[in-house]
Amino acid sequence: MSKNWPLWEVFVRSKNGLEHRHFGSLHAADAEMALENARDVYTRRNEGVSIWVVESKYITASNPVDNGELFEPAQDKVYRHPTFYDIPDEIKHM
Amino acid sequence: MKNKTLYNYILGIADNTLILGQRLGELCGHGPSLETDIACTNISLDLLGQTRSYFQYAAKIKGEDATEDSIAFLRTERQYVNVLLVEQPNTDFAYTIGRQFLFDVYHHLFLQGLQQSKDVNLSAIANKAIKEVGYHQRFSSDWVKRLGDGTEESKQRMQNAIDDLWRYTDELFHTTESDDEMISEGVGVNVSELKEPYYNKVKQVLEEAKLNVPESKWFQKGGKRGIHTEHLGYILSDMQYMQRTYPNMTW
Repeated sequence: MSKNWPLWEVFVRSKNGLEHRHFGSLHAADAEMALENARDVYTRRNEGVSIWVVESKYITASNPVDNGELFEPAQDKVYRHPTFYDIPDEIKHM
Repeated sequence: MKNKTLYNYILGIADNTLILGQRLGELCGHGPSLETDIACTNISLDLLGQTRSYFQYAAKIKGEDATEDSIAFLRTERQYVNVLLVEQPNTDFAYTIGRQFLFDVYHHLFLQGLQQSKDVNLSAIANKAIKEVGYHQRFSSDWVKRLGDGTEESKQRMQNAIDDLWRYTDELFHTTESDDEMISEGVGVNVSELKEPYYNKVKQVLEEAKLNVPESKWFQKGGKRGIHTEHLGYILSDMQYMQRTYPNMTW
């Protein structure tokens, strides 16, 4: 039966103030069922305070074939990291 | 035993959650999909958790060597006073959902009443349980609508389940002697008053699910007096096997 149900991606906010994080995916026939299934599958051990579900087909993903042009150019641009500044001693926790 | 009526009253509540929890637990690993399997097992565990709270309290009242386990596992069939509805089998997923739905609507109304109990232990258990049961009701109602308003086959199966289980609903609103006494003391819930809101709510969901509301006026009863359908014996032989075979065993 679940073979025919569409796939949904589940995002859970683990506590207030944090962002929703991708937790996994599941099958469900409709949005309401996806939400209930997500509650039962991913938050039964008190993992969350909020759930988002979105049908997987609505996610546009980058193609691994394009990884070269998408991500490699960033590899040798270390100057984009803010690591070239001397941080004054008074500033802690940076 | 000092307060036998209260003890009996608690069994009348907790045997329902125990037997329904056990029934749903049978689906663990056998649900129609991974997601519904986990959902049913979660509900089963909620119900068994509530049962433990009730039986721990009952064991205190009973005294002697009574424990939650001895009350759950060491009674004979006639000593269980759950309603007939909760012992009905998982014939198919529509029956599982139908049974759950017809019980959940009652259970939620009942716990609302029990929150007002003068017995602080019972009202505390009700306060905790009602949140769980609110979710159970949402889950089972959604499924009734999904199956009823789904395909031709799912609609037929859901209708069959409702038609077959309908005869067990009236018993929910019968009061026993211990019920009457506990009601007069402000401890118990007068379930006969829940009948109207119950059928209103059930009808509302069935109509949304595009299902027929059964019109049959013929109802089965007996569970509350220990007279059960043939299914309970099988449940008990499964459930009691370990304690009967290895008395006092623990994990």
